[in-house]
Amino acid sequence: MNFRTFAAFVGPSVFMMLLFIAFPLVSVFVQSFYVTQTVYEVVEVETCTPGFLTQTCTTEQKSVPLLDEDSHVMTRTEFVGLQSYRNVLELDRAWAALKAGSWSAFQAIDFWKALRFTLTFTLITLPLNIGLGLGIALMINNAAKAVRGPVIFISLLPFIITPVIGALSINWLFRGDGILTAAMEWYSGRDIAMFAQAWTIELLMMLYRVWHVAPFAAIVFYAGLQTVNSDSLESAVIDGASRWQRLRFIVIPHLMPLIIFVSMIHLMDAYRVFEEVVGFSSQGHVISLQWLTYDFLVPDQAGNRSVSRASASAMLTMIGITLLLIAPLRRTWRDHKGGH
Amino acid sequence: MTSRAMRQPLSLRLTSNGLLILWCLIAAFPIFWITVMSFKTPVDAFDANALNVIFGPATRAKGHGISVFDILLLLVTLWALWQVAAKRLPSMVRSYAPAGAVWLGWLIGIAAFALVALVTLFGIMPALAAALNPVLGALGVDVIGLTTEHYKTVWIDRGFSNNFQNSLIVTAGVVSVSLTVGTLAGYGLARSGSTLAFWILIVALVFRALPHSVLVAGYLPVFINSSEWLAPILGENAPTLYGKPMAVIAVLVAINQPFTIWMLRSFFQNIPAELDEAARVDGCNHFQAFRRVIMPVMWPGVITTGLFSFLLAYNDFLVTSLLLDAQNQTMVPAIAGMFNRETTTTDQVVAVAAAVSITAPLFILVMVFQRQIVSGLTAGAVKG
Repeated sequence: MNFRTFAAFVGPSVFMMLLFIAFPLVSVFVQSFYVTQTVYEVVEVETCTPGFLTQTCTTEQKSVPLLDEDSHVMTRTEFVGLQSYRNVLELDRAWAALKAGSWSAFQAIDFWKALRFTLTFTLITLPLNIGLGLGIALMINNAAKAVRGPVIFISLLPFIITPVIGALSINWLFRGDGILTAAMEWYSGRDIAMFAQAWTIELLMMLYRVWHVAPFAAIVFYAGLQTVNSDSLESAVIDGASRWQRLRFIVIPHLMPLIIFVSMIHLMDAYRVFEEVVGFSSQGHVISLQWLTYDFLVPDQAGNRSVSRASASAMLTMIGITLLLIAPLRRTWRDHKGGH
Repeated sequence: MTSRAMRQPLSLRLTSNGLLILWCLIAAFPIFWITVMSFKTPVDAFDANALNVIFGPATRAKGHGISVFDILLLLVTLWALWQVAAKRLPSMVRSYAPAGAVWLGWLIGIAAFALVALVTLFGIMPALAAALNPVLGALGVDVIGLTTEHYKTVWIDRGFSNNFQNSLIVTAGVVSVSLTVGTLAGYGLARSGSTLAFWILIVALVFRALPHSVLVAGYLPVFINSSEWLAPILGENAPTLYGKPMAVIAVLVAINQPFTIWMLRSFFQNIPAELDEAARVDGCNHFQAFRRVIMPVMWPGVITTGLFSFLLAYNDFLVTSLLLDAQNQTMVPAIAGMFNRETTTTDQVVAVAAAVSITAPLFILVMVFQRQIVSGLTAGAVKG
């Protein structure tokens, strides 16, 4: 296939990715150094209230937005350097909190709070996802052929459900007098409120995420299990390997490329944790990095979106995912090169 | 393989199957439970006793309920409809559809079937039940409380049908555009061994990792001010892209593109290259080979990829909630609005009904396309 044909086939797709992925990235990068603000002017306003004999008049200074000739609000865009990053990171406050040794003061800053949660969430759900997925795959592989189809059907449900709805459905089970909270209260004989403190919410979020993504891992691993070389399994049996040793030394090494694949997908997706915050309405206690950017982008009461701060936090989020992915990517790259 | 050597002890098999059953319960329970809740009055839906939630005494006391006869009737109807869909429909489509337009036959067949199912379930069945319940004695007495009033509230009073239409527009747009663009690119990438193709794939992989809010932060100012910067090109009536379904479709297509081209590439690699080489020997150029030889055999992969594009567009919350205005809102962001203004338990049950309404199409999707979804999940992974 020569270059022109290749370009004709790939062109539309590359164009879309450049226009809607690469270009926004550049524009976010540039935006994060600029601030667009409404131009205000200060005017003296005299307000008079009718009174007995004399009017009471007060003059006060008010700042009103300037209007241009089309009576649109005038805005001015300024280069502010790293100011937006400073606003997001609040380094002074963070440093002061750290020097005072106060973790709770440090965690009162939105960005660091979000970063802490996003990282814990990603790193704790990763082994749980892999472990549960592998377990389900082995169990499906063990089950009679006739039930495998229906079991895979049921397993697909948590995976296919809309993330916000999935989080909500777990939320409804535990909220207030939800059925599972009621069951736990009955069992323990104590009052339980799952949404009153941060750590229980985080626990529920992680449970939800593992419930949501484990089926994907399970199905990928199940497909991998079908290709395990039965000869090596058999010779292992002859050599007297126990069930556990066969799993440890034959099955898992065979599945290793798939485990790395699922882990990378999971790192990318769990780092983007967002829907959980919406579904559990946890913004009062727990927030994630992507939610932070989202929150800057949502208009506030005055209808303003803090785009530059959102851009700064978006850039910081990106730096995070790059750092997180460098290690596994380099590893796959080495394996890829070593394999050929 | 000697089956005796590999045979597992009974205890291991029992544990394994027991745990599998436990997993199935955990997987299905939340979805099952919100479905049950959505049919009850608020008192029953949030009752601490599970049996009260299932049987709904308060709902029954209000006069909403179904009898044993209703349940049997429903089961029989569903079974009959399933039989028709699974056995009669394919053979009917095969025999009546003109040879060249099988897909058209399927489209008409599915539309007709949906109409028949709706009329049976919501027209004939309630009438039949209402007529027969009083005469049946014990079988006709309400045993389970069940009310559809929350669904009526959601779909009629809260304007959910409007959100449903918007979801349809967005998903249909995303699936069709993303498949058209992606199929071409996937084919090109699968058949070209050049370094450029390799780098496009790597960059696409990096793009896949990007958090969507990063991209939306890039679009928002541009879309809001688009009437200004489009004016020199399009003149006076340049559109504001913010709030338009079209803009969201383009954005979702682009976000989905990395995944789409990776997946389609791996499907195209499974189609032997000898096929298009043969066509080229016979005098086709690359496009003709693609059009006449590859297109007829690529549908399984395209359908699978289409399913995943559909899921992305249908499930998206972040992009649609930030880039669409209120009147073009799709279903998923709409439900978040419903949930946030929860003041009474009734509002909550209404939100539950909305959640179940969103999940129902996905449930049917898995039922119909289970095999394609599984093959899609494993396609990228197993072949590396």
